[in-house]
Amino acid sequence: MTVPDELRYTAEHEWVLINGEIASVGITDYAQRALGDVVYVSVPEPGSRVTAGEPCGEVESTKSVSDLYSPVDGEVTEANPEVDDDPGLVNSDPYGAGWLMKVRLDDDGGEPAGLMTPEEYTALTAEQE
Amino acid sequence: MTVPDATAAARQPRLTPLHAVHRDLGAAMTGFAGWLMPLRYRSETLEHQAVRSAAGLFDLSHMGEIAVTGPDAGDALDYALTGRLSVLAPGRARYTMICAEDGGVLDDLIVYRLAPEEFLVVANAANTAVVSQALAARASGRRATVRDQTDGYALIAIQGPRAATILAALAGIPLGPVRYYASQPATVAGREVLLARTGYTGEDGFELFTRPEDAPHVWTELAEAGAPNGLIPAGLAARDTLRLEAGMPLYGNELGPDVTPFEAGLGRVVAFGKPGDFVGRAALAQRSQAGPSRVLTGLAAESRRVPRHGYPVLWDGSPVGTVTSGAPYPTLGVPIAMAYLEAGIASAAAAGSASGRLAVAIRGRTEPAHVVSLPFYRRAD
Repeated sequence: MTVPDELRYTAEHEWVLINGEIASVGITDYAQRALGDVVYVSVPEPGSRVTAGEPCGEVESTKSVSDLYSPVDGEVTEANPEVDDDPGLVNSDPYGAGWLMKVRLDDDGGEPAGLMTPEEYTALTAEQE
Repeated sequence: MTVPDATAAARQPRLTPLHAVHRDLGAAMTGFAGWLMPLRYRSETLEHQAVRSAAGLFDLSHMGEIAVTGPDAGDALDYALTGRLSVLAPGRARYTMICAEDGGVLDDLIVYRLAPEEFLVVANAANTAVVSQALAARASGRRATVRDQTDGYALIAIQGPRAATILAALAGIPLGPVRYYASQPATVAGREVLLARTGYTGEDGFELFTRPEDAPHVWTELAEAGAPNGLIPAGLAARDTLRLEAGMPLYGNELGPDVTPFEAGLGRVVAFGKPGDFVGRAALAQRSQAGPSRVLTGLAAESRRVPRHGYPVLWDGSPVGTVTSGAPYPTLGVPIAMAYLEAGIASAAAAGSASGRLAVAIRGRTEPAHVVSLPFYRRAD
């Protein structure tokens, strides 16, 4: 299982990459392995508001459906059109081509609260193994 | 994200004789009916496709094996089950059911007649104890003995269009004479097995009952011989989507104590013509004559969201049934599902009636669907 150093994480297995006022969001390698083959992803339309810790979409796999929780407060600017065409990208490249959405942060004055470091997230998943 | 927690679902699970093999293969394991079973090895979609195009190897050692033996074994099964097993020829097998007095299904079974006085009843893992106890109770007073021998067997299935080719290289007998729903003692990879041409995937294939200690060797030999032919190990996730495409019921989804065989479209398993009484006869006869009030129906969704077990089916917005199984699966290119629908609605919807619209309520949204005849998939030969 990979946990890239440059990302931040949630206990619900989302990752976040902060780049200025824009946060890219996806699900972790651990999550995609636990879910199995992803067949459908829904994320909010661009322009929608999302709130940290609240469900904002769904990730559907062969066997299950899981809520996607927004890791940050802000406005969705983009949904990944390639994942819409080929949801398997979430499995094959969860931290790259399988990103799910981009969010313009309400507060661009630093790192959003409540996110986990790679070390904290690794410890969390070790507990759940 | 909330992700499944396999370990919490299966505290103190039973392990199959192939557990170490699955661990070495890096399988994702899941709790299932008290057992820890491989859910998938890598991708359940690839495993599904391998079984359709080449072959898959399954560990089914969680299934229950119940031996029914003795001079009256056939008669005891005729009384205990819906089918007429006493006329089954040795070496043949039959799909049948065990019902309660009220006609509700306690389990669906495959019964193999191994010898004139020896039957092997294969039950679903979750029902093995119930079936074993019911058989023992129903056999009492007859010269028949019922023994749960699940711990005495491992069960390996090899399924798919190349299964026969792969197995032929390792089997000590010609496979041609082993027809569909036949079984025969055989040697495979040097180990004694009961080799049966049965399965749950909609493909040609075989199920091998082995001694537990022989299972890892037989599995490894089949895996190695099959790899050049495209065989890969396949888990329960693929098994479920394969059987769904093939229109086969799963106990707990399409079958249960509140369902009779007629609603499931499987009235053919009830042998009213057999002599003597059998458990459930009166209730089943009544149900057969009245006709089922709900029928198992195939659905294809028109969006990409998957109708899943328990979701309501709507006709012009009113509930008319419930989804029993659903999957995002590929033959039709859209999600497929089986559902129990009110009989009148099912026929109107199947006829493409303009008087209403069928839909499935999927987590707060209504997604259109239409009726598709079962099975969704039928192999080409």
